[in-house]
Amino acid sequence: MNPAAAPLPAAPIRYAGLSARTWKAIGLAALLCAAAALPFLVSSYRTFQFNLVLIYAIVLLGLNILTGYNGQISLGHGAFYAIGAYVAAILMDQFGWPYWATLPVAGAACFVFGFLFGLPALRLRGHYLALATFALAVAMPQILKYKHIEHWTGGVQGIVILKPQAPFGLGITPDQWLYLFTLAVLLVMFAIGWNLLRGRIGRALVAIRDHPVAAEAMGVPAALYKTLAFGVSALFTGVAGALGAVVVQFVAPDSFTALLSISFMIGIVIGGVASISGAFYGALFLQFVPNFADQISKAAPWAIYGVFLLAFVYLMPAGVAGFVRLAWMRMRGLRGRGETSPHRAGV
Amino acid sequence: MALLEVTGLSAGYGAVDVLREVSFSVEQGGITAILGANGAGKTTLLRAVCGMLRRRGSIRFDGRHIGKDATEDIARLGIAHVPDGRGTFLDLTTEENLRIGAYVRRDRDAVAQDMERMFGYFPRLRERRRQQAGTLSGGEQQMLAVSRALMLRPRLLLLDEPSFGLAPLVVRDIFRILRAINAEQGVGVLLVEQNAGLALDLADAAYVLETGKVVMSGTAGTVRSDEAVRRAYLGY
Amino acid sequence: MEAFLHQVFSGLATGGIYASLALALVMIYQSTNHINFAQGEMAMFSTYLAWSMIDAGMPYWWAFLLTVSISFVAGVAIERIIIRPVENAPVLSVVTVFVALLVIFNSVAGWIFTYTIKTFPSPFPEQPLFGNRYVSSHELGSIGITLLVLLALYLFFRFTPLGLAMRAAAQNPLSSRLAGIRVGWMLALGWGLAAAVGAVAGMLVAPIVYLEPNMMSGVLLYAFAAALVGGIDNPFGAVVGGFLVGVLENLVGAYVIGTELKLTVALVLIVGVLLFKPAGMFGRVFVSRV
Repeated sequence: MNPAAAPLPAAPIRYAGLSARTWKAIGLAALLCAAAALPFLVSSYRTFQFNLVLIYAIVLLGLNILTGYNGQISLGHGAFYAIGAYVAAILMDQFGWPYWATLPVAGAACFVFGFLFGLPALRLRGHYLALATFALAVAMPQILKYKHIEHWTGGVQGIVILKPQAPFGLGITPDQWLYLFTLAVLLVMFAIGWNLLRGRIGRALVAIRDHPVAAEAMGVPAALYKTLAFGVSALFTGVAGALGAVVVQFVAPDSFTALLSISFMIGIVIGGVASISGAFYGALFLQFVPNFADQISKAAPWAIYGVFLLAFVYLMPAGVAGFVRLAWMRMRGLRGRGETSPHRAGV
Repeated sequence: MALLEVTGLSAGYGAVDVLREVSFSVEQGGITAILGANGAGKTTLLRAVCGMLRRRGSIRFDGRHIGKDATEDIARLGIAHVPDGRGTFLDLTTEENLRIGAYVRRDRDAVAQDMERMFGYFPRLRERRRQQAGTLSGGEQQMLAVSRALMLRPRLLLLDEPSFGLAPLVVRDIFRILRAINAEQGVGVLLVEQNAGLALDLADAAYVLETGKVVMSGTAGTVRSDEAVRRAYLGY
Repeated sequence: MEAFLHQVFSGLATGGIYASLALALVMIYQSTNHINFAQGEMAMFSTYLAWSMIDAGMPYWWAFLLTVSISFVAGVAIERIIIRPVENAPVLSVVTVFVALLVIFNSVAGWIFTYTIKTFPSPFPEQPLFGNRYVSSHELGSIGITLLVLLALYLFFRFTPLGLAMRAAAQNPLSSRLAGIRVGWMLALGWGLAAAVGAVAGMLVAPIVYLEPNMMSGVLLYAFAAALVGGIDNPFGAVVGGFLVGVLENLVGAYVIGTELKLTVALVLIVGVLLFKPAGMFGRVFVSRV
């Protein structure tokens, strides 16, 4: 056996001259351009719908940080969404704040609430935590309707907000402006989330999820990370809630029932748990499936959600994102086998 | 035809095989001992026979293949397993533990007789019949576990380290009863034991297991007098 | 004084319903270590079935019995078909399946029976017993039926071989298999019983809260609280917890914070118990081994 013929690691596979990573970057850039151009290409209503998709994507990324990456099940994120929405609405309605200034406050408030909820949550695991968060979600509308805080929350009727106009006299409609604003916020949030999850902190979160005792033994301060995960997750959801309030122009207790929390959970299961792209797939699902289903009956969307949920748990537990990843790897595997040949090994 | 005939059994947990191509048998009305140190795979072997983990190979009980059967079906065929840790139903009473042992049987009068017989073997259990089984001592729980298995009226009894953690007198009682049951009712016994001396006294045939493989087999007498076995397992 | 007694009896009546539902939850928890988030919606759906039968002219008690039987069979079927595949799956998957069931039952009920509120008849007379001023006949009847159901279950589990086998399978599935018990079917039976008990609870509460698809969500929350207060793995605790929580809800609502934050009370109870006494009053403290 000639040692010189021992195979070297194969050169990275190139598709039409570019590496996989470059293609990914190009793809993302293209997607971004398409997303930015969207409001100018479709109707006002569609823009509104896609705006909501972006908002849900932020929520789902936040929820994924907690449940997907850190393994803490929350059936109560609708509560944080509600808090963010109400903070924004109250600031705008009662104190005349501009819409963009409400986002950081909503985020901060939710971070605090999330962190505070995360403290007792340290003692709860699995379905107990699910139960406690579910109780929070079920109780939320009643809390929002409570008459002693009515002068803040507007009680059962809620609060109506005026739609902000595009700034600097830009010649675009408010819907288009709001969409672009949301897109910008989304990019910021996703950049934060990406950095968080791809780095040390993300690995720590996953380690805590999968091997809590080992993680602790290796010096990862599990309690701190878990409560921070709760806080950050709530922060994302709160910012999204504030955006939601601005875009929908209305907050009321019955918009934030337990079903909202459940729909967020549906979003991450279908989109893909522990995945960043999953947030988008889930958001698209949440926004557009009801539209089709609504045509059948008012109740149909949820029945379909339920069936989809079951189907995904049994057949595609890694969600759409997992499926896409698998397909992508299969595709690369096939191409790879064609490209790599013995005589290239030495090149 | 042997009561239990195992050929080429491999089994393990997860991706790792603990038992590698093990073969052994229990004759009709015979007592077979499996000896070996900790980690040799003795418990795995009993679990494999009962279908409690994934296994490959041929396992025949009275000629019938049971290698793919579920644990509860294997029990219904007449194989009773006294597991390591005893498997006591801690929150049930002693008497309820015994009744569960006979759950699959239809002959109610015989079941009542058998319960009396168990109390006869182990009077301490009769004293504690209405007590929660979790409050029984280790020795009593072992007696209960053996009795529970016998309530099945099994044709084959599997015992996983019955002497473990027990006082010598208790152990002597249990082994005496095992011998009696085997002699009087022809119940086959597959005994896994770390206490080789005890096991070889009781058994007709013996196998020595080391890291998942049978390294020696024969009649109890042959195995007992083997030099290597004596040094490793009998201490002289 | 009269008002106080009235609140107590009313609390006992709803408490009995919480106790039944809590018992159903505990039965499933004991055998599978899972919390059935869909228990309330299943009960609601059963109640709708009863309603359609009664609406079609069937006498009340026939509809009652038929509904309970159908619910039992449905419970068994759901366990075998839907829950079994995820028996050993990660917690998130299991919780998701329960949530899916919740959502499906809720929406299908709305689909078939619409969201208009319906009245559900009570089998008990309008006039209070002996003309007393403290407790209505329905409340008294509810308490009575709840106690009957609980007694029946107690006798079943304590004195029948099947009940014994189910208890054994819940406590120690492995040893049960070694004794020849088909543990899977025991779980399914547990689900069937839980569904049947839930149906009874639904039919008892419907005359009070009126029949609509969302009628059980508050009740379920209280049942969770009751089960936790009593000890999530203890049936006796569930019953005691149920009555306790029912009376507490009424008294706190009447004398302390008003009736508008009742769900918050349940929330506080749940979180409080989980934090400070997770084993509840009668449950067992679970020490997880590292």
